[in-house]
Amino acid sequence: MSFTRNLVALTLAATAFTSVAQAKELVVYSSRQDHLIKPVFDMYTEKTGVEINFITDREAPLMARLRAEGANTPADMFMTVDAGNLWQAEEQGLFRAVDSATIKENIPAHLRSSNDMWTGLSLRARTIAYSTERVNPEELSTYEALADDSWKGRVCLRTSKKVYNQSLVATMLESIGEEKTTEVIQGWLANLATPVFSDDTALLKAIDAGQCDVGIVNSYYFGRLHKAEPDVKVKLFWPNQEDRGVHVNISGAGVTKHAKQPEEAIKLLEWMTTEEAQRVFADVNMEFPANASLEPSAEVATWGDFKADNVNIEVAGRRQPEAIMLMDRLGWN
Amino acid sequence: MPLQSTARKTRWQLVAYLCAALVLMPLLVLLISWQDIDQQIWGHLLQTQMLRLISNTLWLIAGVAAGVILLGVSLAWLTSLCDFPGRRWLDWALMLPFAVPAYVLAFVMVGLLDFAGPLQSLLRDWFGNDFRLPPIRSTGGVILTLVLVFYPYVYMLARSAFLAQGRGLMEASRILGQTPWQGFWRVAIPMARPAISAGTALAIMETLADFGAVSVFNYDTFTTAIYKTWYGFFSLQSATQLASLLLLFVFLALFAERRAQGRNKRFPANDKPRKGALYRLKGPLAWLASGYCLLVLAIAFVIPVGQLLFWLLSSGIADLDSRYWGLIRNTLTLGGIAAALTVSVAILLVLAQRLQPIRRVRSAVALANLGYALPGSVLAVGIMFFFSYLDNHLVVPLQAWLGMANPAPLLLGGLFALLLAYLIRFMAVAYGPLDTSLARIRPSLPEAAQSLGQPGWVVFWRIYVPLLLPGILSAALLVFVDVLKEMPATLLMRPFGWDTLAVRIHALTTEGDWTRASLPALTLVLVGLLPVIVLIRRSGRH
Repeated sequence: MSFTRNLVALTLAATAFTSVAQAKELVVYSSRQDHLIKPVFDMYTEKTGVEINFITDREAPLMARLRAEGANTPADMFMTVDAGNLWQAEEQGLFRAVDSATIKENIPAHLRSSNDMWTGLSLRARTIAYSTERVNPEELSTYEALADDSWKGRVCLRTSKKVYNQSLVATMLESIGEEKTTEVIQGWLANLATPVFSDDTALLKAIDAGQCDVGIVNSYYFGRLHKAEPDVKVKLFWPNQEDRGVHVNISGAGVTKHAKQPEEAIKLLEWMTTEEAQRVFADVNMEFPANASLEPSAEVATWGDFKADNVNIEVAGRRQPEAIMLMDRLGWN
Repeated sequence: MPLQSTARKTRWQLVAYLCAALVLMPLLVLLISWQDIDQQIWGHLLQTQMLRLISNTLWLIAGVAAGVILLGVSLAWLTSLCDFPGRRWLDWALMLPFAVPAYVLAFVMVGLLDFAGPLQSLLRDWFGNDFRLPPIRSTGGVILTLVLVFYPYVYMLARSAFLAQGRGLMEASRILGQTPWQGFWRVAIPMARPAISAGTALAIMETLADFGAVSVFNYDTFTTAIYKTWYGFFSLQSATQLASLLLLFVFLALFAERRAQGRNKRFPANDKPRKGALYRLKGPLAWLASGYCLLVLAIAFVIPVGQLLFWLLSSGIADLDSRYWGLIRNTLTLGGIAAALTVSVAILLVLAQRLQPIRRVRSAVALANLGYALPGSVLAVGIMFFFSYLDNHLVVPLQAWLGMANPAPLLLGGLFALLLAYLIRFMAVAYGPLDTSLARIRPSLPEAAQSLGQPGWVVFWRIYVPLLLPGILSAALLVFVDVLKEMPATLLMRPFGWDTLAVRIHALTTEGDWTRASLPALTLVLVGLLPVIVLIRRSGRH
């Protein structure tokens, strides 16, 4: 009998092995950081049993890796922040088209690739932050107005190396043209109170401490700072409400061209646009859900309602090199 | 040399060429990038950026070089030859800043000293709203920060050199009527010059490769331009072209340094190292010496660590969970394996240089040391392309041919690729101490062994290895600590589940969350402390 038993054991072991090998497992390359994606992935694993392996790095190295790996890449999904990066990944042919009714229903068209290559998953506003001590909100109106002489020595900016500023300028180029954008940036730079900062949090703290009065930041940085220091003397202002609206950007994701399990990856992407996932995905970073049927979290809602710039966000990618060169020429470091 | 057979000569040459080839492999990718040139980007860079970038970079190098020599040599002289209150522990404590990664000190310095930081806020409360300190986000601020993290290279090597000079020499110079000051300039410094310039070269190469620290200050250098071209214009090609120019510059600098050193004779160590101090400082002079050492230690280590601790306590240690053990374990494992690997290869390299001191070997050795000046990401990309090429054209087809079920790339995303990146990057770090150590072995010793008919491997294991042991230990610890701090290559090439403390710091600092980054940063510093202390205490003994 021992032969049969061995045979059975062997078969069982083999089955166990293959079932392990076939356990659903997705691989995600992400430039959105670990602590901002893990809660959502954990939820999905709990719900479906699909394990998600991810690796985080900056977007450019991850794209280079995806390209180098080509057809052999283990990655099923590429996730990143900023529309410029998503557009670039699409340009490099890293995504595959996903024609999903769920995604189209959940996410507004201007936050998606027009070729269905990627979709936005959360929204952030790049807006004006001001000192509640030294600025009357009535002084504020538009991004462009910060170039006026009345703001001399009162403005703080972040480095032009950050893609958020590159996207802001790219959309400005699109909506107000190069000549006007040049004037505005020259005005901003002439009004600087201090050399540009390397991150938004430091900029907000400088406003709080009195080094400058206004600055341009992403909304969630304010949210985080406000959460950590509730009596910070800084508030957000929504500019350009009379015309194009506040510049919004996205974080988003797409299924890779050479995904090993495209169906599973699409399921994950679709799920991430649903209310259940959107709630966590946006709230964990104090962002706005990209799913329009969802209200922002109570905390985020206290910043007030605003009109957002509905320019197709792909512009951020298409005009990014132009924006960088302009900022370089004008000496925005 | 009649004792050296042709076979042995060839063997050592081969070793040197192999090591050089290893480094050349990713560099080749840099060269291939020159196939065609993106005129638009280059035109833009040349017109608007280049002059400022080059001048910024040169200022930075000059400032850091001057600073690390000044601090490193003066501190080494004080702790190794003089006696003053606190010398015994300052001797090793002054090495502690080596455990602090440059990007960590940078964000602590800016957080602490900028306008909105606690110090200036306090001073404004005292002296009124118009009070200003000199701005920390400035050329001076960057130089100060980099000097404080990189001076230990010079300190450590100069200190060993001073200690090895032995008692007799300085006493002889005294008997010949030289003042201690003259003795310092005419005897001690010239003799320690190889060590000092080796340390300075390491500091400069670190400076050139640094991205993390300078970007906290938003100080544009050649390296930040490489990254900007890549991340902003998405032109990896132009970025690698820039990187190859940087490398050319380093190569020329190293070449000049070697030439200059070649003219200086190396002195074998005194057989009887000095015990006890040579100069007993008394009165105000002694306190001045203590005060100076304490000041450096405070600014470079105590205050930054204090600030991290403060941030940690204020942000709460909610992040501290079982994952941290995993992070620490990964960090230590990578550091350990990389140190062993790098030192082994570096030993072969120094021996090749010693036993075959011909020009071709010297060039190969110089090449093999180049990886250190390369920005980590650029190096990683080079290796990545190379491995993915092998994966796509060799590994995967081979698996398919063998009939394996799911052919998958093995090299990229595996541990091996990451370790190779460390090896290439930190070869120069291991090479320095080993080279210094080897220079102290009189050629007569292995020659005697050989003339007694001992085969090469016996000479290697019984003469070279034991005599190189101090150098081996220093090299291993240096590489170990450097790997702990390494960020860009680890980020790009780590296999799944191999997150390290540096990776965690990156995740938090890219989000501008410096206070939360204090937990991994502090852990990283603590993990690095022990090897640093062993390193410095060990190198004091002979």
